[in-house]
Amino acid sequence: MPVSVKTFPTIGEAAAALSSDRGARYLGGGTLVMRALNEGEVALSTVVRVQDRGLSQIRATGGRVTIGAGVTLAQILTERELAFLHATARSIGGPAVRNMGTVGGNLYAPSPFGDLAVALLALDATVSVQGGFGAREVAIEEFLAGRDRAMGSLVTSISCQRPAPDALRYRKISRIKPKGASVFSIAIHVPNVGGRVSGARIAYGAMAPTAIRAKAAERALEGRTLDASGIAAAVGAAAEGISPASDSLASSWYRREVVGVHLRRLLLGQDA
Amino acid sequence: MAKTALQFRHNGREVAVFVDSGGNLLNALREGVGDVSVKFGCGQGGCGACTVLIDGEAHLSCLTLAETIEGRSVETADGLKTGPELHPLQKAFMDNFAAQCGYCTPGMLMAAKALIDRNPSPSRQEVVEAISGNICRCTGYEPIISAIFSVAAGGGAKRA
Repeated sequence: MPVSVKTFPTIGEAAAALSSDRGARYLGGGTLVMRALNEGEVALSTVVRVQDRGLSQIRATGGRVTIGAGVTLAQILTERELAFLHATARSIGGPAVRNMGTVGGNLYAPSPFGDLAVALLALDATVSVQGGFGAREVAIEEFLAGRDRAMGSLVTSISCQRPAPDALRYRKISRIKPKGASVFSIAIHVPNVGGRVSGARIAYGAMAPTAIRAKAAERALEGRTLDASGIAAAVGAAAEGISPASDSLASSWYRREVVGVHLRRLLLGQDA
Repeated sequence: MAKTALQFRHNGREVAVFVDSGGNLLNALREGVGDVSVKFGCGQGGCGACTVLIDGEAHLSCLTLAETIEGRSVETADGLKTGPELHPLQKAFMDNFAAQCGYCTPGMLMAAKALIDRNPSPSRQEVVEAISGNICRCTGYEPIISAIFSVAAGGGAKRA
């Protein structure tokens, strides 16, 4: 299967190449695209690369951080500004995968992979996308929902408001420690305003084809205190809207059964 | 298939090979350079058998587009020895019976080297973390962890 590799100096040229060729895929760290090539994916005929160093920059301005799509998971772990993402980044792959895999690529990782996207979804991140006709900003939830239909564009960066210390909580349930794919992963961002929850975000990985929000559980928490009854309300709604797959790690039934258990523990701040 | 010329440093030596367009570094090393110390395991990034160091960092050669290493430095297990002298990690693997079938060993050695080069006295937990991306189906990992730990400065008692 002949594959052509095209390397462009600018993001704009790469985006134009991606949008004009259905068989083109952007190569970031290689953990998704090279894997597809190794498996002989015939739909993939062109590999597009960019030499723009801007893609691997991290910028912090005020309360907001912008992470270039080419920033690796290992780079996140060395960046103090991104301490709130360290637990998530550390839970992904082994060191070699973290040296390669990128933030942008993680948004495309098929379930049960893509744990970083779960944390970014709980933070209401914004995804900057360069298409053939220009750049736009998309809410991460909308991006994930449409990602498999819109392959002909290039993610350039992801930005989010930096959460208050310890406001973002994350847990990954896997069968092998320290490295193993997700039975599921869960990230919660529960801002506390005067003792009550305001603007809660709960995101799951491996509970649907992409990372999803648990909106019923979020609504149940809104305006409540994080006590037994507030948490019980959220846990009661924990499995609403999920469509987990059965795979070699866990059955759909098991994932439905345990989602509320781990949500409760995470809300209570308990260990897994 | 289109071929691309590629030049890079392989274990300290400049090499030039032709690679298939879209081909991975693992094949470039095994078929182009002739370094068969690098093993093909899963081709998916799940096993770590193909681990090499690129500019000193652990990478999976099967998931690395060969063309991206133009001008860079690649280290493999084949380059660990100095003449007839084994690298301390290789000696420690022998002393600790850290290889049975040996297929994971080159990847394990390179993952361990990436750790020791950066952090000469890691904790046991750091050793476990460093090889967490490398699968071994024979040893149960304990001899491998002991071997790496014995090389770490101040870690474990070195065996004669």
